[in-house]
Amino acid sequence: MAQPLVKKDDDRDDEVDYSPFLGIEKGAVLQEARVFNDPQLDARRCSQVITKLLYLLNQGEIFTKTEATEVFFSVTKLFQSKDIGLRRMVYLIIKELSPSSDEVIIVTSSLMKDMNSRTDMYRANAIRVLCRIIDGTLLTQIERYLKQAIVDKNPVVASAALVSGIHLLQTTPEIVKRWSNEVQEAVQSRAALVQFHALALLHQIRQNDRLAVSKLVISLTKGTVRSPLAQCLLIRYTSEVIRESGVNTQTGDRPFYDYLEGCLRHKAEMVIFEAARAITELSNVTTRELTPAITVLQLFLSSSKPVLRFAAVRTLNKVAMTHPMAVTNCNIDMESLISDQNRSIATLAITTLLKTGNESSVDRLMKQITNFMSDIADEFKIVVVEAIRSLCLKFPLKYRSLMNFLSNILREEGGFEYKKAIVDSIVILIRDIPDAKENGLLHLCEFIEDCEFTYLSTQILHFIGNEGPKTSDPSKYIRYIYNRVILENATVRASAVSTLAKFGAMVDSLKPRIFVLLRRCLFDTDDEVRDRATLYLNTLGDGSVSETDKDVKEFLFGSLDIPLTNFEISLKNYIQNPAEEPFNINSVPREVKSQALTEKKAPGKKPTGLGAPPPPPTSAVDAYERLLSSIPEFASFGKLFKSSAPVELTEAETEYSVNVVKHIFDRHVLFQYNCTNTIPEQLLENVTVIVDASEAEEFSEVGTKLLKSLPYDTPAQTFVAFEKPEGVPTVGKFSNVLRFTVKEVDTSTGEADDDGVEDEYQLEDFEVVAADYILKVGVSNFKNAWESMGPDSERIDEYGLGPRDSLVEAVNTVINLLGMQPCEGTEVVPNNSRSHTCLLSGVYTGNVKVLVRLSFGIDGSKEVAMKLAVRSEDENVSDAIHEIVASG
Amino acid sequence: MATFLSQEACPTIKNILLLDSEGKRVAVKYYSDDWPTNSAKLAFEKSVFTKTQKTNARNEAEITMLESNIIVYKFVQDLHFFVTGGDDENELILATVLQGFFDAVTLLLRNNVEQREALENLDLILLCLDEIIDGGIVLETDGSIIAGKVATHSMDDGAPLSEQTISQALATAREHLTRSLLR
Repeated sequence: MAQPLVKKDDDRDDEVDYSPFLGIEKGAVLQEARVFNDPQLDARRCSQVITKLLYLLNQGEIFTKTEATEVFFSVTKLFQSKDIGLRRMVYLIIKELSPSSDEVIIVTSSLMKDMNSRTDMYRANAIRVLCRIIDGTLLTQIERYLKQAIVDKNPVVASAALVSGIHLLQTTPEIVKRWSNEVQEAVQSRAALVQFHALALLHQIRQNDRLAVSKLVISLTKGTVRSPLAQCLLIRYTSEVIRESGVNTQTGDRPFYDYLEGCLRHKAEMVIFEAARAITELSNVTTRELTPAITVLQLFLSSSKPVLRFAAVRTLNKVAMTHPMAVTNCNIDMESLISDQNRSIATLAITTLLKTGNESSVDRLMKQITNFMSDIADEFKIVVVEAIRSLCLKFPLKYRSLMNFLSNILREEGGFEYKKAIVDSIVILIRDIPDAKENGLLHLCEFIEDCEFTYLSTQILHFIGNEGPKTSDPSKYIRYIYNRVILENATVRASAVSTLAKFGAMVDSLKPRIFVLLRRCLFDTDDEVRDRATLYLNTLGDGSVSETDKDVKEFLFGSLDIPLTNFEISLKNYIQNPAEEPFNINSVPREVKSQALTEKKAPGKKPTGLGAPPPPPTSAVDAYERLLSSIPEFASFGKLFKSSAPVELTEAETEYSVNVVKHIFDRHVLFQYNCTNTIPEQLLENVTVIVDASEAEEFSEVGTKLLKSLPYDTPAQTFVAFEKPEGVPTVGKFSNVLRFTVKEVDTSTGEADDDGVEDEYQLEDFEVVAADYILKVGVSNFKNAWESMGPDSERIDEYGLGPRDSLVEAVNTVINLLGMQPCEGTEVVPNNSRSHTCLLSGVYTGNVKVLVRLSFGIDGSKEVAMKLAVRSEDENVSDAIHEIVASG
Repeated sequence: MATFLSQEACPTIKNILLLDSEGKRVAVKYYSDDWPTNSAKLAFEKSVFTKTQKTNARNEAEITMLESNIIVYKFVQDLHFFVTGGDDENELILATVLQGFFDAVTLLLRNNVEQREALENLDLILLCLDEIIDGGIVLETDGSIIAGKVATHSMDDGAPLSEQTISQALATAREHLTRSLLR
């Protein structure tokens, strides 16, 4: 027992003399600082006190204004001492104290004296201190000395002046710009770092003068740049010039590319890497240009230095996003990095491999990753999970092994964010790969059997409720769901009750069993759970109130389509002004909704997992469908086939912003104009769009729905409907004019004038095109789907697409023209390939499945030829696709 | 905005940290406004320290990413050296700065690179930081030159280095450096 006690004392003894600053206190040190005022200065002691002050500042201690001022004033007395070491500390503490402008005056003369001293160290440091603390007026006084210092023969002095110039350029650019002659001279300096600092300053002085920057780059890339740092700078400026000089010239050679490529053979790794990175970041970089850069990065991958490996793998990872084929050569080196000590490197290697891997390597890769996953932190795991998700979407055929992998890691230890990433990924795979649905749902069911996160459990239960009943054997999910009712907390129980009800509503054969289970829930200890059970028992027809089947489903599956904020405001109003009648949800304004819709359709959207509404096209269609069915005039149009993405009809930042969504029905098209009024002083009323369909002969206008009022910044819609021949992809061009009554609004009171003026606003034209009649619907196994269609409906023809910029452009043009879903990642064209096959699938108006196989070839003169093979359930549709391409 | 972008074009260091084996500050220097308050700085230091604590950065400098910053680091005895830059920065430049800092400190502490020695010579360490970076811009990356600059200033301080001339100091510095590399 005694032993550890003694040991402890030892430890404490160690700690006592551990730090020379132990027990240091601001008040005491400030007292000590009085030695600065002694007539006989003890330089050594003063240095020590300054060190203590700096220590305090460094530890984050804050000096009050008076304390700082006091210290500053006494420090200025130390300029009397001739001790070099002390002077150096004085410089440091002045910089740390950053005195105010009225205090600065006290030291400027001393510092200016040092600036002209014969000791180089004084000169260099005085310049740095002075430039840190002075303002513009003082700067003009010392400008002359600074200009001299820039061309000083001592490199330390020159660098000090140049670096100070870089800082001063931010605050007083007009003065620093006058120094460019001296800076220019310093660029030619023989001292490596002076050249670096001079180059940085010169570039900043000239950065707005493209021609000057370009000249600078031209002269320096030919000459000699000494330090690696300066070389790196020059590479950055060179890529800047390349960026601005635009696309390749006639010969296809990029200016300065040779210089960058030459830097790949520099002796400093820093420069080699900077050049390699610059090449990979060139816009529209070709494979030929990339190759040498990839080669040096590949060498770095097997370096003994972690920093080099990291830098290389991180750059290759970025390249893999745009040019996966270029990186495949490094795959073997990359695979050996999976076992790298540094987990950041390993994770980057894995995600790169996942991006570049092909279908055949997936299984092998998954095996390696499994070992890897157990010993990395959650944040890395999330990155890997996301990479696996995109891999799975790229190779849907491999869903089985990828899904298994996800479910395995789902069972292992992990934090909430990690688990959520996995669950989100499984949900997205279930939605996008129909074959994976049952498998994935079962994995989720197993997960909630032992899930510690209430949020995830409820989200999964909700998802099972929507998807489970549509599977081949819904009954197998019931056990998992009811287990939740028995085992979990109230939130999860309530959620499970709702899920049970959804199964009851959708699957008649299960109804009696669901009733039994729900009745048991009536004895739950939690109010919400009991209430839900009672409610569902009644709505499903067990009790006296029986609802129609449609209403029940609407109630269970319909989502709350009013904005929550509006709902909240309405409810609060209702509570404040209690009325006789019950609250009516229909009284809640829905105005924000269309805005939400357009926001959701914003480009670059990431796939969202649980919690978010299902992804487009379904979600958008659902939402639109609900919106449209709420308008009685259009209810007779039947089922909505497709809604296009919004097409902007106005320039950005005009008075009124309008976009149109084209809704296609069997015999009608309906244009939804989303209008926003961006003028606070105006209220628009009776807004409608006058459509001229003279260039769309087969369409005839059947009705409009005007918009009563359009206040500032509140998007709303007006509609125009047209009739068209049934089942035919009728195309045409429409020109539009926005017509409305304008009323002035007093912005202070928000009240509008009574009198309005009629006005019109010209909108841009838009077209209904063939692609509007084709739904993007993917198939998971194109080959099987293709073969099952049979050759009878196949139509093959060849087309010349004329000269194109690249194969990529030609492929994208045709995909956009047809508006179909590219399958199996075939929309990505490997760099510089001469031919490419692209697989598309879709559903044509009238619910006819269509598959398209496109073979492209490009010749030396950039002429693109295309072979188009179409199979569909209806040969007329196959012909129609050919017509679209022929007329496009 | 334009000035900001060009500032990016020049290699920029966001901070240099020297922490002890418990993650406490020995000396730190911030050059960027990313961490405006002392508590933000402390929080950053804590997360950097915890994240790198278990790694082995004793032979070669290691590297990691945190809050879209790149951090290169190296440990010796109970001292942890860190250099932070933005995620667009050339990793090798950061590593060069780290190496320069590390070499200079090794020379200045005469190979006794440990916390106590560092605190006892805190003035040298602070001067050393001052000579490596000025407001985020790299001043010098050669450890022996940095140490040489700092050491000349201690001339009158009665330190053993004081009797040496600059060239002698540099020679000793180089010798120390080679020794530390061979070790």
